[in-house]
Amino acid sequence: MEIKVLGPGCKKCQSLDKLVREATSELNIQANIEKVEDIPAIVQYGVMTTPGLVVDGKVKFSGRVPSKDKIKKILSE
Amino acid sequence: MFIWLDQLMQLLVTNVFGLSMDTRLGSSVHFFFYDTIKIIILLGIMIFAISYIRSYFPPERTKKILTRFNGLKGNFMASLLGIVTPFCSCSSVPLFIGFVEAGIPLGLTFSFLITSPIVNEAAFAILLGTFGFKIATIYVVSGVLLGVLGGVIIGKLKMEKEVEEYVYQLKMGESEVEQLNHKERVNFALENVKDIVKRIWLFLLIGIGLGAAIHGYAPAALLAKYAGPDNPFAVLVSTVLAIPLYSNALGTIPIAEALINKGVGIGTALSFMMATTALSAPEMILLRKVIKPKLIATFVVITGIGIVIVGYLFNFLINPIA
Repeated sequence: MEIKVLGPGCKKCQSLDKLVREATSELNIQANIEKVEDIPAIVQYGVMTTPGLVVDGKVKFSGRVPSKDKIKKILSE
Repeated sequence: MFIWLDQLMQLLVTNVFGLSMDTRLGSSVHFFFYDTIKIIILLGIMIFAISYIRSYFPPERTKKILTRFNGLKGNFMASLLGIVTPFCSCSSVPLFIGFVEAGIPLGLTFSFLITSPIVNEAAFAILLGTFGFKIATIYVVSGVLLGVLGGVIIGKLKMEKEVEEYVYQLKMGESEVEQLNHKERVNFALENVKDIVKRIWLFLLIGIGLGAAIHGYAPAALLAKYAGPDNPFAVLVSTVLAIPLYSNALGTIPIAEALINKGVGIGTALSFMMATTALSAPEMILLRKVIKPKLIATFVVITGIGIVIVGYLFNFLINPIA
């Protein structure tokens, strides 16, 4: 699974990154997690509010940090 | 609106704590409990209501709406949408790029960027709690006007070349906007209330505690003398002082609350709140990634002048509560 956390380094982006890492390890998912901080790269996903989460090339949500349970649900879909 | 709470807290102070309302301690304790509960109720309701509305206006949708408008009407729409579109300062750069890429004129984009941080549920809640509906409404209207006028002027100055060239080259991807149902919107709003209250409760208590201490003890005359509505420089100084501070409007509530209670002119305190949110130095640094210094300077000057004018207007309209 290819996971990208979009965010230029604000506090919310860091907490999303942390939650995603925790969620994948708790679910035992083999995932390649990358934090994208480059703005042009972020807008290429059509994301206007950070943080955002991209799973296998698809934007799952943006502009908020959901709970860990919600993230787990998204990742196990 | 809160007479019931006022009386309830008087009962608490006199019957439970055994203090007289006529003593300084009694009056301070009363103020502390009354103000804390009042602000928490107002904040909770406001954040919930506005967050619920905001769930209908993700930036992607706002962008689409704005591409249909131009001219003064466009500035007005941009300013209004600035109120209801959720966005934090760390998102200002991708948001700016999104607007430019969609072909939204620079003036409209700035109308959005100016009003958005100024008019928010927190500022509205504190004004409603302290000064009532009329003043709170005047604040919202001045925030919108400030955005409209600032945007119109920036639009007229034709500063498109002051945007970094690479911004025009970027291609924004299409992303699907999540469709939320009623339950998810309510959850979104509740999450926001929880999130914000969790973030600010301590500061709020400190601020109100400070305000309560002042309420009972400090002579209001002292601060009123230096920063009261009669001092012509107070608004200007408080606006400039606020620029290096970084805080969202929520963080400035206790400060404004305490200041107003000390006898500082309400316009002065409002200018401080507006400048902290709209002219924050860290946001300028972020925006520097997409716009050149000349445009940033123009934005700061125009918004700054507007804020100062609003401050004077309020000091003129309302005499201190002393």
